[in-house]
Amino acid sequence: MTWALDHIGDIMFRAGQHAWLAGLPLVLGLVIALPLGWLAARRPRLRAVLLTTTGLLYTIPSLALFILLPPLLGTKILDPVNVIVAMTVYTVALLTRTVADGLSSVDGSTRQAAIAMGYGSFARFRAVDLPLAVPVIAAGLRVAAVSNVSIVSVASLIGISQLGYFLTDGYARSFPTEVWVGIVACLLLALVFDLVIQVVSRFLTPWTRVVAA
Amino acid sequence: MSFSAIWGWFTDPANWQGTDGVPNRVLEHLLYTGLTLLIALVVAVPLGAWVGHSGRLRWLVTGANAARAVPTLGLLFAVSMFVGPLIQSDLAFVIPSITVLVLLAIPPLLSGTYAGIDSVEPAARDAARGMGMTGWQVLTKVEAPCALPLFLSGLRSATLQVIATATIAASVSLGGLGRYLIDGLASRDYVQMVCGSILVAALALVADGLLALLEKRAVSPGISGRAARVARSRARNSDPHPEPDSDGADRSDPDPRQAALVGSGSTGPVQATATTGTPSERDRT
Repeated sequence: MTWALDHIGDIMFRAGQHAWLAGLPLVLGLVIALPLGWLAARRPRLRAVLLTTTGLLYTIPSLALFILLPPLLGTKILDPVNVIVAMTVYTVALLTRTVADGLSSVDGSTRQAAIAMGYGSFARFRAVDLPLAVPVIAAGLRVAAVSNVSIVSVASLIGISQLGYFLTDGYARSFPTEVWVGIVACLLLALVFDLVIQVVSRFLTPWTRVVAA
Repeated sequence: MSFSAIWGWFTDPANWQGTDGVPNRVLEHLLYTGLTLLIALVVAVPLGAWVGHSGRLRWLVTGANAARAVPTLGLLFAVSMFVGPLIQSDLAFVIPSITVLVLLAIPPLLSGTYAGIDSVEPAARDAARGMGMTGWQVLTKVEAPCALPLFLSGLRSATLQVIATATIAASVSLGGLGRYLIDGLASRDYVQMVCGSILVAALALVADGLLALLEKRAVSPGISGRAARVARSRARNSDPHPEPDSDGADRSDPDPRQAALVGSGSTGPVQATATTGTPSERDRT
């Protein structure tokens, strides 16, 4: 505990790096997965192709992906961009399915009512389908956030600075306290991500609260 | 770093023999994965089946899922630091790693088994009871086949998790393919790291492909929606006046079991719902 308090500045700094490496890919991944999921929800055949491809990318273990990306992207191995790209790939893989499922879960009669009211296909997506799919997409984002925070810590093995540093450093120095501080800090960060997504999702779907009350 | 360097590494006979050779490392990796899954299955399947069947101790599944937020690397280091010194043999590196791998494999297996059993339609369960089946028969003859798709998707994610984490476990001195990555890093041999990564990725892809195939083969056609699709296409191709009973029309409405599968990670049944969606939706898009 005293160790954690003595190093609070360092912990907060690395937590910031960790949040950036895990959080930016969530945003990027969502931005990429929305059109992909929309396509997958509209065309069953494309859906199979898209979900299989993203599923294959998700299969590649994280440490291997961190090492394989530099020659593919032309970056240095210590470049944090590798981690951002790898985490974005994983996020897209998780979210494409969630977005597609969320969009297809919209009630058929709701959709037909929107069409009857004269919504075009894009306007309907923006104003009807997407808002209704928010709870499902948020659930997928929560899963992605928690797994991102955990996977990013692996990048400390190849020397990228974030909370995982306390894990590798504590192990190298046979100093369990530091490892535990790293684990707890990762858990807290995952919890913060989870709470933020839940709050944003609640804010975006005011109608669910009316039903609940 | 070029393609020829990678090719050179893979064609170098020195990399294909001895303890540090590719065949031995692949074998080690498979051995750890197999052993871990075996232990985890023995723990998780009876427990998950019992929780799903009886509806008791559900918090166990939620708790196991929440535990997934623990960083695997931290768990690996913490357990090997505590357990390692207690063991006075060569197994000092293997036992802590396998312990962590088992801990990581249990949550997906547990929740897959539980969700599978839990998603069985109450009507099917009641019908089985009404036919005079005992609790054991209901479990083995009705609930188990219905639970198979969700269980297998749990097995798939557990397998991938174990293969990936066994790689990381090379940093706590476990053997397997991760050695190429960690040793390559230590000796700044980047070619070896990339080649090891290719092997790990290939192993994961092959394992996942085999399990996907198993999923297709083992799941009963009545549950995966294959039977309905085959019957429908047969009716469409051969018989211009399909009888309502044989063309699988009674299956075309989305099945609650399949609805429960959406988002669970298995591809087959989800596609089935997509293709059997109400005709009005299909015509419009």
